[in-house]
Amino acid sequence: MKHIKLLIAGLGLASAGVQAAEEAFPSTYEPLPSQPTLITNATILTGTGERLENASILLDGGTIAWVGSGDAPANAVTIDAEGGYVTPGIIDVHSHLGVYPSPGVSSHADGNEMTNPATPNVWAEHSIWPQDPGFSRALAAGVTSLQILPGSGNLIGGRGVTVKNVYSTSYQGMKFPGAPHGMKMACGENPKRVYGQKGRQPMTRMGNVASYREEWISAQAYLESWTEYERKVADGDEDAKAPKRDLKLETLAGALKGDILVNMHCYRADEMLTILDLAKEFGYKVTTFHHGVEAYKIADELAEAGVCGALWADWWGFKMEAYDGIQENIALVDRPEGSCAIVHSDSSEGIQRLNQEAAKAMAHGRRAGLEISEEHAISWLTSNAANSLGVGERTGTLEAGKMADVVVWNGTPFSVYAKAEKVFIDGALLYDRENPALQPVSDFELGQLQEVR
Amino acid sequence: MSPFKTTLAAVLTLSALAATNTYADAIMIRNATVYTMTDDGVLENTDLFVSGNEIRKIGRNLDVPADIRVFDAGGRPLTPGLWGGAGAVGIVEVSAVEESSDASDATLEMRPEFDVTPAYNPNSSLVPVARTEGHTFTLLGAGGGGSIINGQGRVVALDGGYSSFHGGRVLFISLGGHAAEKAGGSRAGQWMQLNQAFAESGLKASDDGDGVLTRAGRTALASSVKNGIVVFGVNRASDILQTLAFAEHHGITAVIDGGAEAWMVADELAAAGVPVMLDPLQNLPSSFDAMGSRLDNAALLHEAGVTVIVDGAGSHNARKLRQMAGNAAANGLDHEAAVAAITVNPARVFGVDDAFGTIEEGKRADLVLWTGDPLEVTTVAERVIVNGKLDSMKSRQTELRDRYLVEDPTMPRAYIR
Repeated sequence: MKHIKLLIAGLGLASAGVQAAEEAFPSTYEPLPSQPTLITNATILTGTGERLENASILLDGGTIAWVGSGDAPANAVTIDAEGGYVTPGIIDVHSHLGVYPSPGVSSHADGNEMTNPATPNVWAEHSIWPQDPGFSRALAAGVTSLQILPGSGNLIGGRGVTVKNVYSTSYQGMKFPGAPHGMKMACGENPKRVYGQKGRQPMTRMGNVASYREEWISAQAYLESWTEYERKVADGDEDAKAPKRDLKLETLAGALKGDILVNMHCYRADEMLTILDLAKEFGYKVTTFHHGVEAYKIADELAEAGVCGALWADWWGFKMEAYDGIQENIALVDRPEGSCAIVHSDSSEGIQRLNQEAAKAMAHGRRAGLEISEEHAISWLTSNAANSLGVGERTGTLEAGKMADVVVWNGTPFSVYAKAEKVFIDGALLYDRENPALQPVSDFELGQLQEVR
Repeated sequence: MSPFKTTLAAVLTLSALAATNTYADAIMIRNATVYTMTDDGVLENTDLFVSGNEIRKIGRNLDVPADIRVFDAGGRPLTPGLWGGAGAVGIVEVSAVEESSDASDATLEMRPEFDVTPAYNPNSSLVPVARTEGHTFTLLGAGGGGSIINGQGRVVALDGGYSSFHGGRVLFISLGGHAAEKAGGSRAGQWMQLNQAFAESGLKASDDGDGVLTRAGRTALASSVKNGIVVFGVNRASDILQTLAFAEHHGITAVIDGGAEAWMVADELAAAGVPVMLDPLQNLPSSFDAMGSRLDNAALLHEAGVTVIVDGAGSHNARKLRQMAGNAAANGLDHEAAVAAITVNPARVFGVDDAFGTIEEGKRADLVLWTGDPLEVTTVAERVIVNGKLDSMKSRQTELRDRYLVEDPTMPRAYIR
C-alpha cells in the first residue's frame, strides 16, 4: 500500500499550527516486558500472502527476529504450536471500545459529539475509558491494535486514534507510538437525520455535500494562512504574526496535508463516488471507506483510487442505505488488482470474532466462484488493516523487524471453533488461554458478582 | 457451481411408495448424515425420500421411483429447517424506515391485545434471504414498544404462504433496566404494574377495575395465561427468579428471553421447567442487568437440564443464529445440543414440533443440506427444501451478487438480470 505514507509525529510537518496539535497528548506506551519466544510446528499465515507449514517464528526484544526457521537464543521460551496456526495480531480499524464502553449506559455514551454537523476539533481519545471490559474480550480474540473512532452523527465527527490493545490507566499509555491520527467523516443518512430533525443543514444528501465543501474551503484558507506565515518566517520577517490556532481547521488542514488519514463512513456506491470527486476538488485523499455496504458495486473504482474498504461480512437492512448488502461484498472488493479489503467490526461483539467474520466472507466469495485462500484472507484482518491506519511498516505482517504482535491459534482461525491461545503484543505475552494470570480484568469488573454457590 | 449433481434415477420403485402414482415434485437425497433431532440421533449414510410436502421414507439404500430428482449428499449433513429466531422477518423491511416496520406498538399504553400477525408479509425481501440460509420457521415477536407488555406474536412458516401460522399465540413481556422507564423508572414499578394488569385480567368484562388494560386487553391477557406461552425478556438473575415465582403464581407457561445471567439460577430454571432463549455471544457486562454474562451460559444451562434456544440475532441477520450456536458449541455446549437449540428446542417450546424441528417419516419436509458441519462459519446451505419444495436459492442478495459478479459489462448493470 504505497499510497499510504507512514508518518511519525513531529517529522516532516510544515506548518506550526498543525505541528502543535500533533504533539499534544503524546503516547506514553511502552512495550511490556518480554522474553525471547520461539514458536514451533505451526502453520504460519504471514499476512503477506504466504503460508508456511510446520514452521517456526522467533520473537526477540519486542520484534520479530525471523519467520520460517533459524536459530534461537539459549534463554528463549519455546512454545510447541503443533496443529495450531500463527498469524499477525488482528487489527480492527473501526472500533468504539472505550468511547461506547460496557456497560452501555448513557453516562458512558461519549462517542458522538452531535452538537454541530462539523466537529473536527473533538478527539475520540479524550472520550476513551481505558477500563472498558471490551478491551480484554477483544484481546482474547487476538486483537492487538485497534482504531477508536468517534461516531457517525456528524459530517465530520472528529479525530480517531490508534491504540495498542493493552490495559493502562490512561489512553496515552495505550496510544500506538507514532501512528497518525485518523479523521472520521460520515455520508448519508446519519448526519442528515440528526440535523434535519433539528431543522438545520444538512437535512438532505445535497446538504451534506454543500456542508463538506464549505468546511474544506475554510480549511484551505487556514492552511494557506499558515503557509504564508511560515514563508515570512523563513524569509526572516521578524514581524510575521502567526495566525490564531483554530482546532477545527487544524484537523481539516492536517487531513488536507495528508498527515491525518481520512476515514469516511459511507454505505452507498453513488455517495462514495461523490466523495472521491470531493477529495479531488480539494486535493485530499480518502484513506478508507468504512461500512461501504455497496462497495462491491464500485470495487474497480476503489482499487484504482487506492482506497481501502473496511466492511462487514454480512450486516444489512438496518437502514435504507444498508438495504443492498450482500455476503460477497468483501470478496468482490478484494477481487481487483491493487485492492485493499478489510473486515471491520464497529461492534464490541464483532471485534471478538473478526476471524469468524473473515471466514464467512471467504466462504461466500468461494461459493460465488472466487478463489480465496486463507493466507490471502488473513490480510483482511492484518496487513490491509495496518496499511489503512498508516502503521503497515511496523505491524500487520509477520516479517523480521516488525513489532512482535502475534497470535497463536488452536487451529485454523477460519473456523467457528477457533480460539486464540496466546496473544503477544510487542513480544510480550499478554493473553494466555491456559493461564488465568494472563487474562486481564478491568477495574470495573472486579468484585461485581458474589461468589456463586 | 454446486457439488451436488441432479440426476434422473434408475427405474426402481419401492412398493410402499408406489401407492402414490405421481412424483412430480418428489426428491430423493442419497447418502446424507441425517440430524434427526429425535431419539434416533444422527444417522449416517442415510437416504431420505420426500414427496408431496412430506418426508415419506428414511433409510439406507432406498429404492428410487423413476424420474425424480436425486441429490447425492456425499455424506454431508442434512438437518431440519432452522429456527429463524423470535424476530420480525416479514413484519419489517428496513429497520430504520418506520413505515416498513410493524413489530411494535409505539403507544405508551399496556395493550396485550396488540397482535403482529395481521402485519405479516410473506413477500418481504427478508423471507427468501432467511430461506436460502436454511431458515424455515420463525416466531414473529412483538417488539419493545411503549409498554412492558409488548403484545402478541406467533410462529410462521417461511414457505411464502400468506397465513402460514402455526401454534398458539405468544405474549411478549419485557422487564428490567432497559424497560424500566416505561413503568416509572423502577423495576419495582414494573412488577407493580404487571401485577395490576394480571389482577385486572381476572375481572369480568362488566367490571371497570383500575384501568391499566382495555377490555380487549383483559381478555387477551387472560387467554395468554390460560392457553398461551408468555416470553419474559429478562437478564438479571434476581429478575429471573421473580419471573419464575410470578409465572408459577399465575400458572403461566413461561419462557425466559435474554437470560444473560440465567446460568446463575440454572437449577431453579430446570426445576421450574422453564426454557431460556439466549445469545451465546453475550459475554460483556453490557448493562447492570447483565454483569454475569459469560460465553458458557448455554453449556451450563444445558448441563443443569434447562432447554436452551439460541436467539438474539435480529431479523435481517437471522442467519447468524447458526454461527451463534456454533460459538455455544465452541464454548462447551454439546454439538448436537447446539443444533437442537436452533431446531427441535424452539419447535417444542412453542408447540409447533408437529411441523418443525425434527426429521421423521410422515412429517412436513423442511430440510437443509449443508456443505459441511451445520454450525461452521465456512459452511453454507446447499439445498433447502421448504414444505416439500426445493427452494430456488434466490433472493435480492443473490441477484445483486450475480449482477456484480460480471466483470466489465458493456451496458449498465441494470441490463444484467
